Amino acid sequence: MKEGYWSSNIKYLVILLSIWFLASFGCGILFAPWLNQFQIGGFKLGFWFAQQGSIYIFLLLILVYIFLMNRLDHRYGVDEDDE
Amino acid sequence: MSIQTWTFIIVGLTFAIYIGVAIWARASSTSEFYVAGKGVHPVLNGMATAADWMSAASFISMAGLIAFMGYQGSQYLMGWTGGYVLLALMLAPYLRKFGKFTVPDFIGDRYYSQVARVVAVVCALFVSFTYVVGQMKGVGIAFSKFLEIPFTWGVVIGVGIVFFYAVLGGMKGITYTQVAQYCVLIFAYLVPAVFISILMVGNPIPQLGLGGTLSDGSQLLGKLDSLCTELGFEEYTTSARSPVDMFFITAALMLGTAGLPHVIVRFFTVPKVVDARKSAGWALLFIAILYTSAPAIAAFARTNLINTVSNQPYSTMPAWFSNWEDTGLLKFNDKNGDGIIQYYDDQNPDFVLSVAEPAGYKGNELIVDRDIMVLANPEIANLPSWVIALVVAGGLAAALSTAAGLLLVISSSISHDLLKKWLRPNISEKGELKAARWAIAAAVIVAGYFGINPPGFVAEVVAWAFGLAAASFFPALIMGIFYKRMNREGAVAGMIVGLVFTGLYIVYFKYLGGTADEYWWDISPEGIGTLGMLLNFLVSIVVSRFFPAPPPDVQELVERIRVPKGAGEAVGH
Repeated sequence: MKEGYWSSNIKYLVILLSIWFLASFGCGILFAPWLNQFQIGGFKLGFWFAQQGSIYIFLLLILVYIFLMNRLDHRYGVDEDDE
Repeated sequence: MSIQTWTFIIVGLTFAIYIGVAIWARASSTSEFYVAGKGVHPVLNGMATAADWMSAASFISMAGLIAFMGYQGSQYLMGWTGGYVLLALMLAPYLRKFGKFTVPDFIGDRYYSQVARVVAVVCALFVSFTYVVGQMKGVGIAFSKFLEIPFTWGVVIGVGIVFFYAVLGGMKGITYTQVAQYCVLIFAYLVPAVFISILMVGNPIPQLGLGGTLSDGSQLLGKLDSLCTELGFEEYTTSARSPVDMFFITAALMLGTAGLPHVIVRFFTVPKVVDARKSAGWALLFIAILYTSAPAIAAFARTNLINTVSNQPYSTMPAWFSNWEDTGLLKFNDKNGDGIIQYYDDQNPDFVLSVAEPAGYKGNELIVDRDIMVLANPEIANLPSWVIALVVAGGLAAALSTAAGLLLVISSSISHDLLKKWLRPNISEKGELKAARWAIAAAVIVAGYFGINPPGFVAEVVAWAFGLAAASFFPALIMGIFYKRMNREGAVAGMIVGLVFTGLYIVYFKYLGGTADEYWWDISPEGIGTLGMLLNFLVSIVVSRFFPAPPPDVQELVERIRVPKGAGEAVGH
């Protein structure tokens, strides 16, 4: 039971941190020169990821994490609310 | 009213608020003093964390750095926000569940070792101390420049304010004043940003204004790119330099953020594990408001600067130009004696040969200190004087809030980790609280002294604090939570190797005459912490294999911090 909780937690971490890595180090740095050929609004896409987009994605990732973990806590009955 | 009168009024008002909050939030126990009684609401803790985190450097220097570095400056934006994802997902909830007061507490208990605890204390003290001196210096500069109070008195006033609320209220007082300071600093940052965004691109949201269109119909960033290249500078939105170094610097800043003790300790102050997760989200939201505005301010400022000064006669410069010349942060040297300001990249050989020399330029004539971009921006854009006064109050709020958070780490390292957990374990709670107050009082005074007489190495060392934190704390904390088999020997070996490797690389290239072409794989000293961190992981894992697994009670501790249930009762002091 507890093992299931921890392995789901690790699974969430791997997925969310992969997105974290792709958004910042990927789109913001390594693929930025390639992405710069596309435009959104007045921004080159790679530049936008580096100075705006990655930060929005970071925020979104934490929100998703909070939602997933609260649901997981509840499912395994390890949340603190009943204390 | 003059700028100075406005500054006195606004700074005086904000200081009165901080003192009022401090009297209201006094601390009466060690738990209140170290972690605000673990009763801080996650939204308020998010604000306090944001204020704690955003120092004078974030508020004053960062937009200027980006203005001059362009795309390359993104490493600071991503580096100083991305760490919060690591904090929220991999550290904050577990360390909150652990339920003690300090980072060395965790390292010492998890690795059942006084040596590990002392190594952690030394790292925490070193990192926090270098950082705090920089803040004090910032306070002194703000006072001396805008209120025309001598630098020394500026530091003394700043020290006096921090002394008052830190000694009285400990973490509780600091937390609630930080909430007030966050409100002041974000308001002060956004007001000029919004004004300038409306003036330049007609959009009140700076984040969108950055991608906006100027009144002549051209796109701001496209225009800025051509302005920069016409003067021989690198294109604003791209960089020809190797992405390797940028990658490593970004990573070192992110991992360092997640390993800095004064940030981590903020997550010990909330009531529950769920709140620690939420609080990290709120903190990043409050930080992101400033960090996504900064690149807009940067682009506006660079465009304004070039349009105002480039190839214009010196005699037609507006008043702010000579005001900043007086401070020495803006320097004009008419090298070819034609009375016109030639601002260009004289380190760019192609540009010098093809454009500058044929036109009779004798070198770049304008030197702009990056720090004045945020401070001079309201003046350059002709905003009213109260906006300028507000920016000063915001800079002071940023410096004081960060200084207070760091001083608390210093005080708790001394009174809790060294005294209570090592030298005098039998000390009563009352005695420990008294020691904590004395320690913070002493730390404030020592920091103030070094703020007035800064040792030369301090300014540079702040930047490395991240690399060192990344190479020492981060792996020990992560493996303490996620790798149950990690034992004392592995962790201590890893921390020492990471710290020594990173330290030596930095010292070699900064003090012993190492040159850029000797860098390993293009990695500059600012980014080497990332490699130190990898080395730390590697050494820890290899060494841990040669020694027995941690004792059963430590393995149980790891099991316990992995589930949220039971955080409220885990106090164990």
